[in-house]
Formats: sequence, C-alpha cells, structure tokens
Amino acid sequence: MATNLNSPERPDALPPQPPVVAPGYTYASVTEKISGIVLTRRTPWFWIIAFTSAFVLFVLLNVAIAYLLYKGVGIWGIDIPVAWGFAIVNFVWWIGIGHAGTLISAFLLLFRQEWRTSINRFAEAMTLFAVACAGMFPLLHLGRPWVFYWLFPYPDTMRLWPQWRSPLVWDVFAVSTYATVSFIFWFVGLIPDLASMRDRARNRFVRAFYGILAMGWRGAARHWHRYRIAYLLLAGLATPLVVSVHSVVSFDFTIAIVPGWHSTIFPPYFVAGAIFSGFAMVISLAIPIRKFYELEDFITLQHLDNMAKILLATGLMVSYGYVMEVFMAWYSGSPFEQYMSHNRMFGPYAVVFWMVIACNVLSPQLFWWKRMRTSVPVLFIVSIIVNIGMWLERFMIIVVSLHRDFMPSAWGMYYPTFWDLATLFGSVGLFLTLMFLFIRVLPMISIFEMRELVGEHK
Amino acid sequence: MKPKPKPPIYGLVAEFDGAEALLAATRQTFAEGYRKLEAYSPFPIEGLDEALEFHRNRVPLITLIGGIVGGVGGFFMEWFSAVIHYPINVGGRPLNSWPAFIPITFELTILCASIAALLGMLGLNGLPMPYHPLFNVDQFQRASRDRFFLCVEATDPKFDRERTRLFLQNLNSKGVYDVDH
Repeated sequence: MATNLNSPERPDALPPQPPVVAPGYTYASVTEKISGIVLTRRTPWFWIIAFTSAFVLFVLLNVAIAYLLYKGVGIWGIDIPVAWGFAIVNFVWWIGIGHAGTLISAFLLLFRQEWRTSINRFAEAMTLFAVACAGMFPLLHLGRPWVFYWLFPYPDTMRLWPQWRSPLVWDVFAVSTYATVSFIFWFVGLIPDLASMRDRARNRFVRAFYGILAMGWRGAARHWHRYRIAYLLLAGLATPLVVSVHSVVSFDFTIAIVPGWHSTIFPPYFVAGAIFSGFAMVISLAIPIRKFYELEDFITLQHLDNMAKILLATGLMVSYGYVMEVFMAWYSGSPFEQYMSHNRMFGPYAVVFWMVIACNVLSPQLFWWKRMRTSVPVLFIVSIIVNIGMWLERFMIIVVSLHRDFMPSAWGMYYPTFWDLATLFGSVGLFLTLMFLFIRVLPMISIFEMRELVGEHK
Repeated sequence: MKPKPKPPIYGLVAEFDGAEALLAATRQTFAEGYRKLEAYSPFPIEGLDEALEFHRNRVPLITLIGGIVGGVGGFFMEWFSAVIHYPINVGGRPLNSWPAFIPITFELTILCASIAALLGMLGLNGLPMPYHPLFNVDQFQRASRDRFFLCVEATDPKFDRERTRLFLQNLNSKGVYDVDH
C-alpha cells in the first residue's frame, strides 16, 4: 500500500523515453539542488563577472536615455524617409525574443511536453525581461516619452480618445496585455517554489522575503486543485495571446502601403520569426547556465536536441516567408514591389539581405544532423548567429523598405549614430542585468514540477 | 448566542513519505467518517481531490466571467467613444467600424480573464494568509520538499484527540503531531 515513490524497486510501466532528467534524483535532492543555487551557495565568481559586465552596459543605456531626454530623438540617425530606425528594429527584435518563453511555458504545457519543465521558468523570465526592453523603445521613440499615457483611454479634459482604428494603438494594448499576462503566468508558477524557498531559508530576512511572496502557500490538496486549473487556463489564454501580439506588431507594417510592408503574409511570418529568434535566445542562455551551474542533469542534451529541431522548423518557415516575399513582388506585377525586392538584394543595403539569408536560412540547416543538434558549441554559435540574423531581418524590413519607397526624389539613406548603438547594446545590458538578478534571487527551474517528473520517472 | 468554545488544538497532522501513502491514508480517513480533512503535498497529486470529495472548482467560471467582462467592456468602450462620445466623420466612413475594434477587444478579453484567473485562484484559496496553525509544526517545513501530510481538524465532529491519534498512527504514517493554534 504505502509504496515509496522514491524507491528504485518500483517497476517501471512506462515505455522507455529519452531522459528529461538524469536518473538518481529524489524529491529532496531535486529541491536542494535548485534552491541551493540561490540559498546555500556563495555568490559564484562567474556570476559577479557576468553581472558586472551586464551592469556596465546597463549604465550605458541610462546615459543614452538621459542624453535622449535632454536633446531629443535627433541624436539618433532617424530622419525622413527613415523615421523608424533602430528604435523600432530593437522593439520588434526584443518582443520576438520574448515569444519563445510563453511558447515553451504555455504551448508545450498544453501539449504535455515534459521536457519543458526544466527550461520554462527561465524562459518565462526571459520573456518578461525581453518585453521590458521592447516596451521601452516605442516610448523613447515618441519624442516626448513623458506623455506616453496619451496612448491609453483616460478621462482627458478635451474628451479625446485613442484612435481605435490605428495599429499603433492596438500595439499598446497588445504589448501591455502581453507583459501583464506573462507576469501573472510567471508569478503563479513561482508561488509553490517560493514556499519551498521560504521553508529552506535559514536567514530570518530571507525567510520573510520569500514568505511574503509565497503568500502562505502550504500545498493543500484543495489549493493544488484550483491552482492547476488556474495554471492550465492561463496557459490556454497565453497561447492565442502570444500569436496575437506578434500579429499586431506586424499590422504596424502591413496596414501601411509602403512596398515591403504591405503584405498579407506578415502575421504568420512574424510569429514564426519571433519563435525562431526566441528559441535561439533560450539556447544562448541555457547553454552557459547549465554549464556554470552544473545543471546538465536537468537541462539535458535531449532538451538541446528538441530546441534545435524547433529552430530548424521555424527557420524553414521564415525561409518560406523570404521566398514568398520575392515571389509575390514578382507576381504582383507592381514596379514598386519589384524594385523593393531588387533593392534589397542589390541596393545599398544588399549586405544586410545576404547576411540575413546566411544567418537565418543557411545556418539552421546544420540541424538536420543529430550530431550537430547535440553538439553544445555548434548550438551555441548557431543560436548567436540566428539572434544576429533576426535583428538584421528586422533592419531589412524596416529600414530597407522605408529608404526607397515610391518617388526617387524622396529617397534617402539611414546611418545609425553612436547613440543608436549605445541604446541597442544598453538594452542588452538591461536584459542581462535583470536575467542575472533573477538567477541569483529566484529558483530558475520549477522545483515542484521537477518533483512531479522525478516521481513519475522513478 | 455564545460562540462555541475553541478546541484546545487546531488538529492532528500525520506525516507520510510518499504520494501513494498519502492518497491511501486520505481515502481511509475519509471512509472512516472524518470530513474536516486536508492533505498537503509538495506537488499536485492526481486523485487526491477526489479522495477528499472536492469537486466544486469555481476558478473556470470566474475566469469566464472575467473574459466576458473584458471583451464586452472593451468593445463597448471603443463603440461608445467612436459612435457616441466623440464621433469623427472621415469621408463618410462608418463610425462603428467594428472590424478595426476587434484586436483591442481580444486583448482586453485575455487580460481580464487572466487577472480573474489569478485573483479567483488566490481568493478561493484564501491567500495571502501569512499565518496558519500548521506552520507551528516543525516537521511541516518538509511539506514543500519531500514529505506528505494529512491533517484532521479538531472541529470535525468525529475528532477525539486520543482515538484520532491512534487511528492516524495506524495508517502507516511516519509520525503524528499536535497542531497548536
């Protein structure tokens, strides 16, 4: 009757599955290992080095923003015809990166993909921080960021309302909903683990810190019942949300008539690109984390293999998008569309186009081979290349489409300034600073879900 | 009316070392006639809610209501401002241009449903609850790690400090502890 789920004698009725957690773990050792990273270890040297470098970039961001507020958006390279420049490129890039986190946590949960368990927590954290970086850019780009609240419906003395028919207003609602729902989903997932941290903590203040956040969670069966339903409902709500957010981002472009923007393929093409770049970022983060924190038992080669497959699949979808854009330009018979494609490939920014093809179309093709999918250095390098490639893709869509639209007399060139680059790299600093703080303060792997996995696979 | 005297303790809690042991013990205790029961575990256990005959879960209903309020409210806000409160005639185009209102309606549906799911779950669970008598039991710290607990509350009509203790001890438990208020 009282079978101990920990005992190795328990007959295993399940068919052999690839391990999503290395054998030999118990409820207690899983808990100790993950919570110990935060609670019992001294701050490791590599954390201090990584955090310091990220923080230096974060300071650079603050300087860039301070100067922007003092001087205005003229410090950037934007001008007419290219008024959107780096700020919007960075916005689309960051929000796309965020999408993989929601996808891993919500979509894979609904499909009962167990391997999501050891990566979902930090992937969700990545989502939150990426959305924080993304949300910053359109506001800074407003020129007068301090009146950003004009975008929301509020009791205005002139009775004005936002323009509901504008995709830019849809964007405000989509991104702020996305940030809120991602935070709720992440926090709900954290509650039982915060209780574990509270019960493990020895220091009085640390215990109070986690105790307040855990809100008195004690693992009652009735609570778990409601908790699971709420978690599944949130996953079910987040899944269509994530698709809608990047679709709305793509509407910012498609609703305009600029050649290279006005295209019906944009919503799915943007969503695929978002997942592609987001998984690349998850891989770029997971590889150093599992190495330095010795988490190879939890984030196994099986995880990396699966993520590489998703990278390959979404990479092919993105490639299809590139092919279709060129085909439709030719098929439309419109000289402006045809010129846009020609200009992309052979115009002044041609190097961007060919780099996009090399990074996003060619480099993921390595993952047809299992040896490449399970080779950690190859994965890491390709994931970085894809991140760069996806940033360049957004540059291609935004800048290269804008700089030569209809009238040659209205054409122009766009060159980024030092402050453009400072804001871009500074936002990377903000992202990494938040990420390293998260790793130091909160359990980066969902402990209670790992206990479930250990229970099932024993 | 005089309030009922408070029982001297909150209840008795038994400790188990496995999910299956807890599930079996919960079923037996429920069959014995105890009703003021609660089981505690470090992760959700399939079937434990049924063993406690707990079926009423209103979180989905609250989430649905939240979604409806968000969707209807969002569309109403857009329709009201565009048609009634501040109509702008742009070349005779319809004021109620509902297809353009859908993205925001959708986002507000998701937003309100998610907030309702969070608040519904926390509210029905009675959280935040900084103090609970079970936190007085030293062993209970392991409920968030690797131990499983079954608590019979003193308000149960069948509760008897000695007999209930004996019963819980015979359920293959690792130990039975008093839970002070």
